[in-house]
Amino acid sequence: MELFGIPLSALLSQLLLGLVNGSFYAILSLGLAVIFGLLNVINFAHGALYMMGAMFAWMGLTYFGLNYWVTLAVAPLLVGVFGVIIERLLLRHLYKLDHLYGLLLTFGLTLLIEGFFRSFYGVSGLQYNVPEQLTGARNLGFMILPNYRAWVVVASLIVCFGTWYVIERTKLGALLRAGTENAKLTEAFGVNVPLMVTLTYGFGVALAAFAGVLAAPILQVQPLMGSNLIIVVFAVVVIGGMGSIMGSILTGLGLGVIEGFTRVFYPEASATVVFVIMAIVLLLRPAGLFGKEK
Amino acid sequence: MKLNKICAALAACGMAFGMSTASAQKLSDDKIVIGFITDMSSLYSDIDGPGGVEAIRMAIADMQKEFPGKKIELVFADHQNKADISSSKVREWIDQGGADVIIGGTNSATMLAATKVAAEKKKPIIHVGAASSRLTNEDCTPYSVHYAYDTIALAKGTGAAVVKTGGKSWFFLTADYAFGHSLEKDTGDVVKAAGGNVVGAVRHPLSASDFSSFLLQAQNSKAQILGLANAGGDTINSIKAANEFGVTKNMKLAGLLMFINDIHSLGLPTTQGMFLTDGWYWNQSAESRAWAQKFFGKMKRMPSMLQAGDYSAVTQYLMAVKTAGTDDADAVMAQLKKQKINDMFAKGGYIRPDGRMIHEMYLMQVKTQAESKEPWDYFKVAQTIPGEQAFQSLEQSRCAFVTKK
Repeated sequence: MELFGIPLSALLSQLLLGLVNGSFYAILSLGLAVIFGLLNVINFAHGALYMMGAMFAWMGLTYFGLNYWVTLAVAPLLVGVFGVIIERLLLRHLYKLDHLYGLLLTFGLTLLIEGFFRSFYGVSGLQYNVPEQLTGARNLGFMILPNYRAWVVVASLIVCFGTWYVIERTKLGALLRAGTENAKLTEAFGVNVPLMVTLTYGFGVALAAFAGVLAAPILQVQPLMGSNLIIVVFAVVVIGGMGSIMGSILTGLGLGVIEGFTRVFYPEASATVVFVIMAIVLLLRPAGLFGKEK
Repeated sequence: MKLNKICAALAACGMAFGMSTASAQKLSDDKIVIGFITDMSSLYSDIDGPGGVEAIRMAIADMQKEFPGKKIELVFADHQNKADISSSKVREWIDQGGADVIIGGTNSATMLAATKVAAEKKKPIIHVGAASSRLTNEDCTPYSVHYAYDTIALAKGTGAAVVKTGGKSWFFLTADYAFGHSLEKDTGDVVKAAGGNVVGAVRHPLSASDFSSFLLQAQNSKAQILGLANAGGDTINSIKAANEFGVTKNMKLAGLLMFINDIHSLGLPTTQGMFLTDGWYWNQSAESRAWAQKFFGKMKRMPSMLQAGDYSAVTQYLMAVKTAGTDDADAVMAQLKKQKINDMFAKGGYIRPDGRMIHEMYLMQVKTQAESKEPWDYFKVAQTIPGEQAFQSLEQSRCAFVTKK
């Protein structure tokens, strides 16, 4: 069976691979959306922190013998703490200023973090093996799917929808959203908004680190791995609508799939298709697909 | 700091010894200034970058004794893979810094820009890191030398060898920019000439985040060989994904531009058995081993062909200055094209009128884990390719000032 001259099995396999890539976009753009939603900060350091997650996974295994599953919890925690320090020391001074200052600061941080790891580990990358339980591949009939890739989709869906549930359906989430809407008023109700802001930033960057650990066995762990990804992720956030939680998850997955199909029909455009879509969305719906016009 | 002291000490020794020999060289500003421009911080910085700077410093330290009482200076910069930075830096060094020679690092696009400036200013430029064969063809100049390797040599080495071992049908995974296209084309030509055929290609964007989609397409092509016409991180990630998706079970991979650093990064289990073409290997002779160990002591990693080439290029340049007795560009270029190159990098090498340095190239096969006896013991020489066969012949050259003659 064929569709547009491409065998259906090939399309199905690209759909699946698109979902795998989309999972990374979803986790990363979710973190950005959460941070932007509450802090109004465009966190350019997200890519560097994603890289840090992968680096910590590698360092944990190499220097301390910590296995994949342990680092999957520890690395995001450490990066989260690092995020809290950044927020307390630097970012909080910028909230009153224009978005641009937060962007510049986090961009500077990106350069610092990447430069730091580059000076120690170079750029060729470090090898991180797929954990034993997830090696091997499954023959789905239309394609061979490595078990690890299937795990990536499952793990990211759990994390994404878990986050969505907490923010949209629980008391804590309600407070967060209230803080986003009107910080002063929420504080008047006795909620410690600055603490909430700090923890949100920590959580957002922990998500990035989680994606980094997930990516470590697939990609070579190297200092520039985040900067290759971050621009696309920003486009995803813009398409989904800045600050929209569900929007960023669905857009992330959707764009992964669209990108996957582009790789079959016109591979040369696969790096640009996301930006073309971004341009169209901005023309038709400036607030993004899921964003609310203010 | 330490190095400065060593240099100063060496210079002082040189001065003491030099008084008696007194072979006075006529040097502009009474010193030699070497400019080195390369990728110091981004994707190509491991294969050249800071290691290349160190290699050049080693060359200067070794050659200082030949220039008693004279200073040999090194200036270097990061071109950030941008052609405009590359050309403006080179211009600045020559105009204001008194640079006598430029050593060109990685990235063909930046070097095509730099070579134009050097020619305009009539200063020698020795390209080590850049691969494009345009440097000795369409864009050749009387002042440029292409020292270590080029895309044609890579294609001829790996392409022909793989077809010979039975890999007749090829599919290319190509980085979608000038370098990838020319590597794909050059290799395709070699494959066809050797009796093989090319069944297709897929072009991926530079620094692609994921290669699985492209690899599935390659797998569906049913070709025997997957030619990787890409470099650096792209090659590494495509090999990783090829293993993960089982592509390596029914296709053999041929990396068309791979360095020892890539193998080190991927590890032997993933790369063993692969073929690649290289111009130098740290363990190829006692001489190269001794130098490589010295380098390792400083950089904590073994040198790539490019870093060894940087050392050799600077050494040969300084020898030419010494023999010519001047750092005048035309005199030095004439001497460079006259002298035989015999050092730890190349034996019996020479620079052709079009600037191509002719020396042996090697088809390497990556060792298995069992064969590898020590760290960085990665290659065995599958075939030594004599220089005259490794590179494009002078008759085929499209270098204007040579063909006119």
